[in-house]
This record gives sequence, C-alpha cells and structure tokens, in this order.
Amino acid sequence: MSRRASPRDRRRVFALRLGLILVVLLLLEIAVQSGAVSIHIIVPPSQMFVAFIEVFGDSTLRREIVATVRVLLIAGALTLTLGFLLGAAIHALPRLRRALDPVFSSYYALPIIAFYPLFIVIFGATQVPVAIMGFLTGVTAMILCTLNGFDNVPKVLEKVGRLHRMSHREVIFRLKLPSAAPYILGGMRLTVAYVFLGVVASEFIMSGTGIGHAIAFAYNTFEMREMYGLLVFLILMVIAMNLLVGLVARAANLGSR
Amino acid sequence: MQNIARWIDFAGLLAVAVITWQLGYWILGDLALASPGQTLEKLSSMLTTTRFQQDVLTTLIAVVRAVFWAALIGILTGFVLGMNRIAGDVVGPILDTMYAIPKVAFYPIFLSIFGLTMSGRVAFGAAHGAFPIALLTMQAIQNVRPSFLRTAQVMGMGPVSTFVHILLPAAAGGIATALRIGVAVTILGVLVSEMFASKNGLGYRLISAIDIQDIPTITSVALLLSVIALLVNAVFRAIEKRLS
Repeated sequence: MSRRASPRDRRRVFALRLGLILVVLLLLEIAVQSGAVSIHIIVPPSQMFVAFIEVFGDSTLRREIVATVRVLLIAGALTLTLGFLLGAAIHALPRLRRALDPVFSSYYALPIIAFYPLFIVIFGATQVPVAIMGFLTGVTAMILCTLNGFDNVPKVLEKVGRLHRMSHREVIFRLKLPSAAPYILGGMRLTVAYVFLGVVASEFIMSGTGIGHAIAFAYNTFEMREMYGLLVFLILMVIAMNLLVGLVARAANLGSR
Repeated sequence: MQNIARWIDFAGLLAVAVITWQLGYWILGDLALASPGQTLEKLSSMLTTTRFQQDVLTTLIAVVRAVFWAALIGILTGFVLGMNRIAGDVVGPILDTMYAIPKVAFYPIFLSIFGLTMSGRVAFGAAHGAFPIALLTMQAIQNVRPSFLRTAQVMGMGPVSTFVHILLPAAAGGIATALRIGVAVTILGVLVSEMFASKNGLGYRLISAIDIQDIPTITSVALLLSVIALLVNAVFRAIEKRLS
C-alpha cells in the first residue's frame, strides 16, 4: 500500500480530480438549464456560485456564520483539550481502559443525535446544547487517537530517558509526547470534522442560530437559491478546515521533531 | 477465564452507567431527566401501544431498506475504485471530503425530490451510509496482498473466479468493518430525516416530545435507539471477528 506517488503523478491525479468535478458540475448545469431537472429542486451550479458570493453580502447570514464559527471554536477547543487529557489519563490506567473498551468500540454506533432533545429541554434552544452535541460527537475520536498515539510510543524511549537521568516530567514532555504527536495530530482532523458534524446537525434540526439553522430556514421559506449558496459555503468550509488542520498538524509535527 | 473477567467488567460498566444516570436524575430533577426506573416503565408501556409499535417498525423498515442501498452502492463503488489504482487515487479524496461534510444540511434537497415519503428517508439514510462503505471497501481491496493476485494469475484463474475465490474472501473482514460503520451512519441519517420532516417513526417521536416537554418519552426513545444500535453493532463485530 505504501507506494509513494511522485510529484508529477500527484499533479496528474489532482488535475483529473478537478476535471471530474468540473464535468459533473457542467452536466448538472446542462440538466437544469435544459429543464431535465426542475429548477425548483436544484439550482444550476452557476447560480449556486453567485448565491455563494451573495452570502457574504447578507448581514443576517454573516451573523449566522459568525455564530456557527464561534460555537465551533469553543466546542472544538474543549473537545481537543479534554479529549487529549482524558485519553492520556485513560492510557495511564490500563484497568479502567479495559473496562471502557466496549464503550469506545461501540460509541459511534450510538445515535448521539437522539440525546439532543434532552439537552434542549435542560438548556433551552440556545447554543449550549449545540456545543454539547459537537463535543459529544467529537470527543471519543480525540480520546481514541490519543490512546493510539501513546500506544505507539516505543518502549525504548523510557530507557533512554532513564539513561539520561531525565525526570518523569521531562520523559513525558520531551520524549513521549513528541513521539505520540503524529498520531494525535492526525486524529485532530477527524475530531474537528466530527465536532462540525454535531454542531451543524443540531443547528439544522432545532436551533435559532447558525449556518444549519439558516439552511433549514431558507428551505422553509422557499429561498432555494440562498439555500444552495449556503450549502456551497458549507462544503468549502469543510475543505478549508481540512486543509487548515492538516497544515497545523504538519507544522506541529516538524516543530516537535 | 478471560471471558468471565470481561463479563464482570461489562456488568460493572453497566452498573456505573445506571448509577450515574440515577444520580443525574436526583441532581437535575424531573424537569430534565427521567430516572432509569421511570424510563423502563414508560418504555414498556409505550411498547404495548400499536401507535408506538408502528413507529418502531417504520424506522426499522426504513433503516433496513437504506442499509440495503447503501451497501449495494457502496460495495460496488468500493470494488471498482479499489481495483483501479488511478480511479481510486482520483475519487478517494472526494469520498473522504463527502464523508466529512455534514450531510444533514442537504436533507431539503431529498425532501424536494421525494416529498414526505418513505423513499426520501431511505434515500437520505443510504446517502449517509454509502460514502463510508465505499471508502472502507476501497481500502479493503487495496490492502489485499498483491502476491495473492499474482498467484491467481499464475494458476490461470479467470477474472470471475479470481474475484470470487481470492478478492472477496481476502477483503471480507474489511468489508464487514465497512458495513458496521455504514449501518451506524445510516441509522443516523434515517433518524435525522424523521426528526426534521415526517409524521411517524422514532425520530418524529423524539422531536414531537420536545414541544410538550415529555421527558420520559425522550429518554425512553433515546434508550431504545441506543440499545438497537448497540445490538446491531455487536452482531456486525462478531461477523467481523469471524471473517478476519
């Protein structure tokens, strides 16, 4: 599997991917413009793009975006730090870990969204339940990748630390953490994606704010163009977030080496 | 011996969960949570009503149909992409991104096409499950040892018998994993579509209970859904272990 692609190969694959996406968009455009697909169901891609630009000009939509980004930042920061700390603690307690193992292995089978109504009843239809849903969706991914990271620390590092008369703290911060970092940073991407999923899903189903709410609202008021503009925004946001977390992870990886 | 220890751990875990739940009830009170006892009572009385039985049945049927389509589309796509290097390299990252996009927000499109029908729920559930199934099946095929395929070639096996006797068994464990994760995501999709727009099913039950602050119903349905999801997960995990 570990066949490394040459830069030239990668560029060709990237060009093919871009071409494929463009062809699909073009076909969609033709299908809608010719009337094969109703314009009331799917807006032509060219108009989606215009509607996407218009999203930035609309002050209400801008506010919704800011609201989502804020919840995402708070829930994301909480999930990453708490998930990491919990993961590190559980790794240090093997007995607890063995007991928790069935929870971890079946956590993502749980329909977490089914508990959303409960949080709404407790906290009201505010942004608190939305943030909680983001946290609950993401935290296990973070715990699991932290565990995986520390599992992959070579045993020999501990001996190296003792050989150099390093303190317990030094062994953790200068040897174990940097060694586990690639796995943990790699898992961050998935964690952030999950947090975003939890946030947008709860906003969409029941909430007064956020991009998810704006999309549901646009649909309910038959603003199909606006809805598609927001959906394009959502897709681009996921791609941008992916790139950003990837860059942060790469930078941190290089720094810890 | 080890099995017994595992069961004891599991029982302990269950006990801790129930105790935490009960403590939470004592702290938060009637307005926020129903106690484990109340929930079981409510759930067992609800399960005897035909209205609720129908809701459970509707959701289960939608899930089964959605899983069928997700598996069919996902596995076929996964095979095609897994056997063709360039196609996999080109399409793989697209599937990866699609998996990470909150598809919930795209539900209105399904609603516009299918209306408030069962097919809409099935299509939306399948759209959730198909991406992870395709992605993981593709990886399972790509991870089949090349020497297996070369052996098949040397032995003069045709494409069909290579597929049936080599590729399928070698990738079976990975495909089982793909299905397990796909089913969980599909359940989520069906549930979300019921919560957002429908007049029956467990998701509808959940969302309509919010309006009347019917906390025992919310807790009961959440518990029932969790138990169903965990059972399905356990079955797939057993299959997975046997195949890989």
